[in-house]
Amino acid sequence: MGKLSDLGVEEVINGLSNKSFSAKELVQTYIDKILEDKILNAFVRVNPEKSLKNAELSDDRRKRNKVLPLDGVPIAVKDIFCTKNEETNASSKILENFVPQYESTVTRKLLESGGIIIGKTSMDEFAMGSSNETSNNGVVLNPWSKGEKKLVPGGSSGGSAAAVSARLCSAALGTDTGGSIRQPASFCGVVGLKPTYGRCSRWGIIAFASSLDQAGPIARSVRDAAIILEQISGFDTMDSTSVDKKVPNLLTACSQSIKEKTIGIPGEYQISGLSDDVRNIWKQGIEWLKSAGANIIDISLPHTPYALPAYYIVAPAEASANLARYDGIKYGFRANNITSLDDLYSKTRSEGFGAEVKRRILIGTYVLSAGYYDAYYLKAQKVRTKIVQDFNIAFEKCDAILTPTTPAGAFEIGEKSHNPVEMYLNDIFTVPASLAGLPAISLPSGLDNNKRPLGLQLIGRPFDEESILSVASVLEDSANFRSMEIEQGIVS
Amino acid sequence: MSNPIKLKGEKFLWEMVIGLEVHAQVKCKSKLFSGAACDFGAEPNSLVSFVDAAMPGMLPVINKEAVNQAIKTGHALNAKINEISVFDRKNYFYPDLPQGYQISQFKSPIVGEGWIDISLEDGSSKRVEIERLHLEQDAGKSTHDQDPNLSFIDLNRSGIPLMEIVSKPDMRDWKEAGAYLRKLRSIVRYIDTCDGNMDEGSLRCDANVSVRTEGDVLGTRCELKNLNSVKFMMKAIEFEANRQIEVLEGGEKVEQETRLYDPNKNETRSMRSKEEAHDYRYFPDPDLLPLHVDLQRINRLKKELPELPDKKKERFEKEYNLSSYDAGVLTADIQHANFFEKVVVGRNVKFTANWIITNFFGMLNDLGKSIDESPVDSEQLGELLDLIQDGTISGRTAKDVFEEMFTKGGNARQIVESKGLKQISNTDELEKMVKDVIDENNKQVEQYRSGNEKLLGWFVGQVMKKTGGTANPKIVNEVILRLLKN
Repeated sequence: MGKLSDLGVEEVINGLSNKSFSAKELVQTYIDKILEDKILNAFVRVNPEKSLKNAELSDDRRKRNKVLPLDGVPIAVKDIFCTKNEETNASSKILENFVPQYESTVTRKLLESGGIIIGKTSMDEFAMGSSNETSNNGVVLNPWSKGEKKLVPGGSSGGSAAAVSARLCSAALGTDTGGSIRQPASFCGVVGLKPTYGRCSRWGIIAFASSLDQAGPIARSVRDAAIILEQISGFDTMDSTSVDKKVPNLLTACSQSIKEKTIGIPGEYQISGLSDDVRNIWKQGIEWLKSAGANIIDISLPHTPYALPAYYIVAPAEASANLARYDGIKYGFRANNITSLDDLYSKTRSEGFGAEVKRRILIGTYVLSAGYYDAYYLKAQKVRTKIVQDFNIAFEKCDAILTPTTPAGAFEIGEKSHNPVEMYLNDIFTVPASLAGLPAISLPSGLDNNKRPLGLQLIGRPFDEESILSVASVLEDSANFRSMEIEQGIVS
Repeated sequence: MSNPIKLKGEKFLWEMVIGLEVHAQVKCKSKLFSGAACDFGAEPNSLVSFVDAAMPGMLPVINKEAVNQAIKTGHALNAKINEISVFDRKNYFYPDLPQGYQISQFKSPIVGEGWIDISLEDGSSKRVEIERLHLEQDAGKSTHDQDPNLSFIDLNRSGIPLMEIVSKPDMRDWKEAGAYLRKLRSIVRYIDTCDGNMDEGSLRCDANVSVRTEGDVLGTRCELKNLNSVKFMMKAIEFEANRQIEVLEGGEKVEQETRLYDPNKNETRSMRSKEEAHDYRYFPDPDLLPLHVDLQRINRLKKELPELPDKKKERFEKEYNLSSYDAGVLTADIQHANFFEKVVVGRNVKFTANWIITNFFGMLNDLGKSIDESPVDSEQLGELLDLIQDGTISGRTAKDVFEEMFTKGGNARQIVESKGLKQISNTDELEKMVKDVIDENNKQVEQYRSGNEKLLGWFVGQVMKKTGGTANPKIVNEVILRLLKN
């Protein structure tokens, strides 16, 4: 057996149950690794005492034969999940020193299934960004960076993706609004799964865009992602948009044959900005699925070109209201030297929010204002309906849709931070599934010219995570990404 | 037909056009979107959930009880209940609005058009149409006068369900507006969906007022705020209508604006012009799915409605043979009506109704008490009425006994006995007294017998004086008449 930190979720569960090591040893290993790391900056906070205490409790349960499904598995959590009595800032200055008195439903489920929160990870401020550069906690380095070329980990769940990639945790939780799980997973060469909207509760997750936000796992394998998702899913009476549907056995789905499956390839995703490497990986993926016996068909999602503009109206609109509560009155940051109420609001929000957040609040406020609502917000909602219809029609003919996750591999830190529109284009392939509320998974499938990871995305029918997991497992086996990780020195 | 007041300006005769927006706090155990309790007068910030304080990541969950109350109110307003309604966010910044938006219903309210009939002073009635009723959250409360440098915020009210009931601009003077507000209050109290208490702010009202010369198109309206009682609302409308007339007759235009009523000075002052009005940027709240209520539930709630004021009044007129006026007074308030129906059982209807309206309601009114606070309950009042009816005490004495019951407590019979107020109805005893009076007052007897019959009252008064007011006046009268004849 290699190092403990080489083990993924499934391997950890087996190792713990074989008593090859204890949860405490495992957690200690990760804590040491996290504290030793001086480069990545993936974590914003760790609480070694608490994590070790929980590991002891887990080992104790094991002794008493009261083992829980994720018992002893060290998991990193994006700093957007409110964790009880543990500071939570969403990487924003405006929430500095904020300590929630409640535990988000998803992290509660994680803890109740025996998972151990190993730390909170950095993110783009309020999940707004595609590079983790808008974080108030400094940039996070993509573990695939080499030499002078410092790569972004993607965003907004950049800290979680980097932590999983660098083996600083067994798996991590992220949230995805327009691609915030899938894009960083693709950039960092790990698996990212955004479940169907309503599959996981949003209660206790700091809101960015309520109609799009979903929690999901970032993991080293498709099976690991399935194991985690199964535990954090489920209806929650505290979230009116969560859906009362039985959570299927997702691990079983991973080993299902795809021989009867039809996979759709959308022509509209063949955009001009697509790099040759990505084009090739996509073709490769199609071939892999063909050899596994899947039926490949061309499909059309005609409203795809309007998805990104619609997203950048709907998401900021919702954000402009969701972030109104950060006003300096009740909690978090309040500016000094206030002369009036308006001054309090204006200074607190000017100093407390970063540039990208302010940009989106302004866009959102604009598109909802009198005289512009119909032209922007309402039209964007109509586009959203069209996009849902596109998918509905496509899913009459296929069981899953295969696309690249991003138009290109990870870019360098600073490369796009001054060009918002170019930055937004990162989400072009992930946003449509978000707008339609569909489950989608990104899995590492190869490397580009510069030896940077590239991901393929599978989009499924609502609440049919099973299909995309089974197809993703086939791609994963064919791609054998682990060999590239070893080759590139990511893992030993 | 109603005959509304018209206002005479320097040049023209003007009519008023008035519409009311009423905010009624829903009587409910918990808040509209959280489990925190709704209570008035609790320790500040003691009834606040994480949702009410807008903590990060908190989500609203609709309270079914509040929805039912809104549907019931809709039924009582003869309105259409919408099976699908939508909650929107109304965005504005204020410290007592923790979310930075109020969850309200903008385009698709839960209740659509309806109507109520109001009774006017001349005995006529008028139908006022309702535009809509929607559900929304209340904001918290800011206090600015406790400290020179600090403002305080109490979030107990934050998230309490409100029904905003919007009338059409159907009222034509302040009396109609007053009658409408009273009727609405009566209805919500009947169906127990709001306690209707304007002092505590559980019922609040804004008035939209404009004026026009008869038959003209609608004038520009102003919205009046801070109308904390029916009386102030009526005064504010009167002032505002006269102000607008003065403006218009002076050749200027009425500006569309929000105006604040100052009850101390009895005037309205500009608060916010149309240009300064907020852009609330309403949009559907993505945390809440559209609200569906099925037809079955809507119909069940309709069946659960109690007898409403109009129906009760009609029944009182028929069943008790009461005048329209008396039935109206007795049924204006559900508790008054219930009180009457308890007392009237086995008693004379007309007598009971008169006594309750004149003396009982009169006393409540004088002391500014509500019927809950009345120290005299229906049984105690019934006993008193029985004592009058069976001749134990006179009506005159009864009023004193009632006052004693009301101010010091106690039962009628006890008071009558301990104070010896029992009426003397024994003819022999009274005859003796009358004879004494006749013997002692020869001069008056002479005068009476020579034709001054007005003196009869004086004789009665003398007997009453001797008995400390307890003589049965009817019998005294008879005896005096008989003995003076001889």
